[in-house]
Amino acid sequence: MAFTQLHELILLAAEKQLSIGRLMLTVEAEQSGRSEADVLARMERQFDVMEDAVRRGVAEPIQSRTGLTGGDAFRVHEYVKQGGTFLAPETLRAMAYALSVSEVNAGMGRVVATPTAGAAGILPGVLVYALDSGRYQRADIVLSMLTAAALGLVIANSASISGAAGGCQAEVGSATAMAAGALVELAGGSPEQVGHAVGLTLKNSLGLVCDPVGGLVEIPCIVRNGLHAMTALAAADMALAGVKSIIPPDEVIQAMYEIGKAMPSSLRETGLGGLAATPTGKRLRKQVFGGDLT
Amino acid sequence: MKYNSAFDIIGPVMVGPSSSHTAGPIRIGNIARQILAETPMQAEFQLMGSFAETYQGHGTDLALLAGVLGLGTDADEVPRADKKAEELELAYKFIPANLGFYHPNTVAISLTGASRTVRLIASSLGGGKVEVQELEDLPIKFSAENPALIMYHTDEKGFLANVSRILDANGYNIARLSLERWRRGGTAITLCEVDGEIQPELLSTLQDSLPYLREIRFVHVD
Repeated sequence: MAFTQLHELILLAAEKQLSIGRLMLTVEAEQSGRSEADVLARMERQFDVMEDAVRRGVAEPIQSRTGLTGGDAFRVHEYVKQGGTFLAPETLRAMAYALSVSEVNAGMGRVVATPTAGAAGILPGVLVYALDSGRYQRADIVLSMLTAAALGLVIANSASISGAAGGCQAEVGSATAMAAGALVELAGGSPEQVGHAVGLTLKNSLGLVCDPVGGLVEIPCIVRNGLHAMTALAAADMALAGVKSIIPPDEVIQAMYEIGKAMPSSLRETGLGGLAATPTGKRLRKQVFGGDLT
Repeated sequence: MKYNSAFDIIGPVMVGPSSSHTAGPIRIGNIARQILAETPMQAEFQLMGSFAETYQGHGTDLALLAGVLGLGTDADEVPRADKKAEELELAYKFIPANLGFYHPNTVAISLTGASRTVRLIASSLGGGKVEVQELEDLPIKFSAENPALIMYHTDEKGFLANVSRILDANGYNIARLSLERWRRGGTAITLCEVDGEIQPELLSTLQDSLPYLREIRFVHVD
């Protein structure tokens, strides 16, 4: 099957009485000619890389290659220990985890693109948080990554997951929707609820532009990963509570595509508009590259 | 359909900072290297669009060098690919250029070894996904995600029929087949993707059985 429409995916899962993750597993095995056990083992290795990246930045501060950013994952993780935080400490830890992966990425360390490197913190952040909660087995987490993959395929094929093509909504927005959907299925939600999680989440990031300072995957990408990990957790709870996306998820994805096409190229990963064009953005660019904004 | 596998979305495992500006260019470099099939001595990279604007900060330059040196997207040596290129005496240059109407993340590579030069234009589509747009100025499009054969040959009647016959006789299913040529009877390039792994014997079988086949390459980037 081709992953292009969420409603088709949900219908097929219901017909076969499979979760979206299980459905993805059977399709992946069939199309690749590998056994389901092989696919799961390969996915588990991806999770191992994710977990390493999550743990690195909270254990010690990590600096980016340019020196513009770094140490925020460690900062948040230390702050949690003080107590008296607004968000529950374990929830904030998911934020620190997401920041950590994005910092490892900016330091040219090893990450898993989910769906891209710019948005690589969100899914690992919430999944390692789920693992730490002790409520889920590693195998459940690995299966939920296949849920996330199926959702990402639909978005990638019917809209975009490229910041250069569709803005940050296509990268961080897609990653957050994938993460929310994966969490819903992990918690035992139905395929319909997974769909609503995607719709609810994407609606919250429509129009998000890709305006990184100097074109680098640092400002605002890193903090955006941290904050959107919180959004993914909140959206999963919202969908599990029974809140529905009144605009069907497939129509939200289509809207995201249309909005992406309407964005000027200065706001699509060229590092020319938005935050990149602020006085400070331009100064930092000069600091890294020398020379002026072209 | 551009994205098919769960690992297109959950992957690749890569060194940062950008799947489109780091992992994608490594894969593009890998493709050029596999087609060259010998040690590269000179490399020229023409970068357009977002690549040209941001290549230094994203490590796109290191990624392309790593790619033509044969390093993978997750290799620890990627951040030091420039040093490695110097050690291996690979001369290289990066030139911002307008290559025409392509995806904003597009590069033209000219890679030279002891006996030949390979020229290709390829785009990085997002999430580490890449697509070759042109090979040796011919519009040959492929991703190298599936095992692919690239055949340089003379355009002669029956060439494709023979290729299909040999592949079929050896148990291969053709997933994609395209031939591009400069002119009738002139030099042509055929791209053929097959399902499943390609056994090394197939290349020699094809080479021995096809008189008009000049060179054959196997390309597959994980």
